[in-house]
Amino acid sequence: MSTPIQMMPPAAPKKPPAPVQKEDAMWLQKEMINRNYHELGVAHDQGRKICATFVPGNLNELVMCFDMARSLPETNALQNGMRKKSGKFIMDAERDGHSEDVCTYVKSDLGMLLNGAIGPTGEPLPAPDLLLLSYTGCFTFMKWFELVRQKYGCETVMLHVPYQGDGRVSKAMRDYVLKQITREVIPALERVSGVKFDIDRLRQYMRESVKAEEDLVRVLQSAKNRPSPIDGYFGAVYYIGPMFTAFRGAPEATQFYSVLRQEIDERVRQGKGPITPDGELTEEKYRLVVEGPPNWTSFRDFWKMFYDEGAVVVASTYAKVGGVYDFGFRHDPDHPLESLAEYCLGCYTNLNFPQRVDMICRYIEDYQADGLLINSIKSCNSFSAGQLLILREVEKRTGKPAAFVESDLVDPRYFSAANIKNRLESYLQMIKQKRAAAAVH
Amino acid sequence: MNASSIHPAGQGGALQEIVRRCEALYEDLHFESVKRWKAAAPGRKAIGYMPVYVPCEIIHAAGMLPVGILGGGDQLEVIQGDAYYQSYICRIPRSTLELGLTGRLDCLDGMLFPSICDVIRNLSGMWQMMFKDKYVKYVDVPQNYRDDVGGDFYIHEMQVLREDLGALAGRPITDEALRASIAVYNENRRAVRELYAYRAAKPWQAPTSEVYLVLRAGMVLPPEEHTALVRAYIAAADALERPKRDNARVVVTGSFCEQPPLGLIKSIEMAGCYVVDDDYMLVLRWLLDDVPVTGEPLAELSKAFLHRSASTASKYDDKREDKGKFLLQQVKKSGAEGVIFAAASFCDPALLERPMLLDVLSAHKIPHTNFKYAENTGQMAPIREQTGTFADSIKLWSAA
Ligand code: SF4
Ligand code: SF4
Repeated sequence: MSTPIQMMPPAAPKKPPAPVQKEDAMWLQKEMINRNYHELGVAHDQGRKICATFVPGNLNELVMCFDMARSLPETNALQNGMRKKSGKFIMDAERDGHSEDVCTYVKSDLGMLLNGAIGPTGEPLPAPDLLLLSYTGCFTFMKWFELVRQKYGCETVMLHVPYQGDGRVSKAMRDYVLKQITREVIPALERVSGVKFDIDRLRQYMRESVKAEEDLVRVLQSAKNRPSPIDGYFGAVYYIGPMFTAFRGAPEATQFYSVLRQEIDERVRQGKGPITPDGELTEEKYRLVVEGPPNWTSFRDFWKMFYDEGAVVVASTYAKVGGVYDFGFRHDPDHPLESLAEYCLGCYTNLNFPQRVDMICRYIEDYQADGLLINSIKSCNSFSAGQLLILREVEKRTGKPAAFVESDLVDPRYFSAANIKNRLESYLQMIKQKRAAAAVH
Repeated sequence: MNASSIHPAGQGGALQEIVRRCEALYEDLHFESVKRWKAAAPGRKAIGYMPVYVPCEIIHAAGMLPVGILGGGDQLEVIQGDAYYQSYICRIPRSTLELGLTGRLDCLDGMLFPSICDVIRNLSGMWQMMFKDKYVKYVDVPQNYRDDVGGDFYIHEMQVLREDLGALAGRPITDEALRASIAVYNENRRAVRELYAYRAAKPWQAPTSEVYLVLRAGMVLPPEEHTALVRAYIAAADALERPKRDNARVVVTGSFCEQPPLGLIKSIEMAGCYVVDDDYMLVLRWLLDDVPVTGEPLAELSKAFLHRSASTASKYDDKREDKGKFLLQQVKKSGAEGVIFAAASFCDPALLERPMLLDVLSAHKIPHTNFKYAENTGQMAPIREQTGTFADSIKLWSAA
């Protein structure tokens, strides 16, 4: 078995000197991501093929079976967002004829390609050999790869994952996805990579996935503690990184999650709060559930608004876009292809509205949260269309206050710090008043 | 049909009467015609559906009336619907919610939300939560066009719909009923094709402002009645000589979901364009030829969808070469000289598709222009100016 990503060195990674505080695992995942960019940069020189695919419903274990390097365009966009490169890319894409109305992930990606396809770490990002269009939970994905294909002529294979319109996965849906995997996706991967599919190799990767998934769930659910040792939104972004991208199934991801779990278990034992970029949060004043993706261009400022007020996010729906593991799903090495189908069908944005509302209400209860905050993302109709109903419904069902802020993923023009800060502060004030009123009664 | 038999006042009168009737149906946001249809016999039911396509044959075979819901246009004041949507989301879901929340859709016994985009997809779940006593179904369609893959899935989806509607009707939908409904819709599609062919041949005789209304009538009338209406319109339009102008012949595309207001449709014509093809209400033309009435009906509907259906932004193009092919055919078949890409603001599928289609058009040296609208756009002057300039440039270009 050749694992395309090398194992982590056994020694703890060296921390670069920086004022920002992070858990060891956060450094680890940063290294992994950077190394993946390097692997992509040199893939063609090393005779490896590159597969681009989306985060929700990604078939990482399967793609690894073909020795292909994996590129995740949303990750590229968000990394460019965090590194403040996306604004220019988006405007370049708009100048190239893309509408100001559409998803900025797409425009950031296309803008990056227009600017010579230099990846977020400064290394070149070669054109993918295969676009694996995992159409899971978002229509834009389909157009995104059609656009890339149109411009760059890459071979494309579609995996259409039907939506859980009735709030469940039927046998027909499962069969449909499975048939596409066996009759379309695997043959395309074989053809492009020149590697024959070996199901035992897939099983082996999945054994790794399961271990990592167990640890991830344990970490995410540690937020049920008081105080929560993690931030389940801003912090969780680091935790889900390897699992949702090019590493699920690789032994180094298993190791990452094992290290992370130990760190978090230790924090629980010591009764510590989450690590923020400015150090440990010592007083947890508010526990929130957040719906919607974060803003990346002002990620740290956004997070700071929370921890400055002692607000911790104990659970978020965003941390489930690449798989709803905390409700029980695990990849299954005994039924590897079936479990890939099941996985794709179950990602958060593939759930219908009643399911999404149920999930949020359950989080509020299970994590003893004070309320719900929705960060509504201009780019993302998949998440955002109808969120105001979610807000009303969750308030009605839980009796807990909810609030709404608006921003965008990677378009800096749509992050209004003052507005968001005001909203957040008055929301937290409202929670405080509610608490005081409840105490009086 | 002889046009003069429609109206005693003669040919012009017949035409006027048809157009007036269609206009009244278009303006009726209380769906009185649907209520009348239901009241005409006990136990009748009506099922609403949104763009871009649902297999109406199944609804019809259940003895129910399929009703196309295309939002509120520019006549509806949206108050409650706006409270559910952020400013950066298109208009049609809010006006559709407004129709629902103000009781205007009470006459519908169910709503179908086709797989077209994330907004309508999410609206299906919102509808489930907000209108709990109604039948609500998200209708998924395959993006894989193999009979043994996407086809099997789609047949199953249709079978579920068939069983659900059968249960709602109180009797199962038989193959025989489905075949009969397929025949009815084949006839309707034929009539609509005739209308499009007629307009492409003589656009001055059948202005799009009228053709559009005739098509819109198909959203609320039983298909049999609509077929007759379309043919009556063609006959009446043909019987009345109208002046032929030196307009530019254009295809309008990108307007497959949220509809432009009628004023905008008229403005395009007034600016000097003959619209010779479009993608308004694609549901009426989705299947490109007759669906066989022999054989297994759902399998036939599936094959027609997979292999012989229209293209639009919400449908995956399997191969790069397929992108824009359908539009190019529309241009060629209708003898168009240019394309107007008119998309609803914030319409993801249309606006993401736009650069690809415009590239294809440019590569084929087909002139094009584009703009955005909303169903309640009130300002027509800029659009009229833009299309006017476009029409002039086409004329100049063809004269050169
Ligand atoms: S619309 Fe949303 S889910 Fe889709 S690509 Fe953009 S950000 Fe991702
Ligand atoms: S107008 Fe476009 S984005 Fe809006 S509901 Fe229709 S297809 Fe979806």
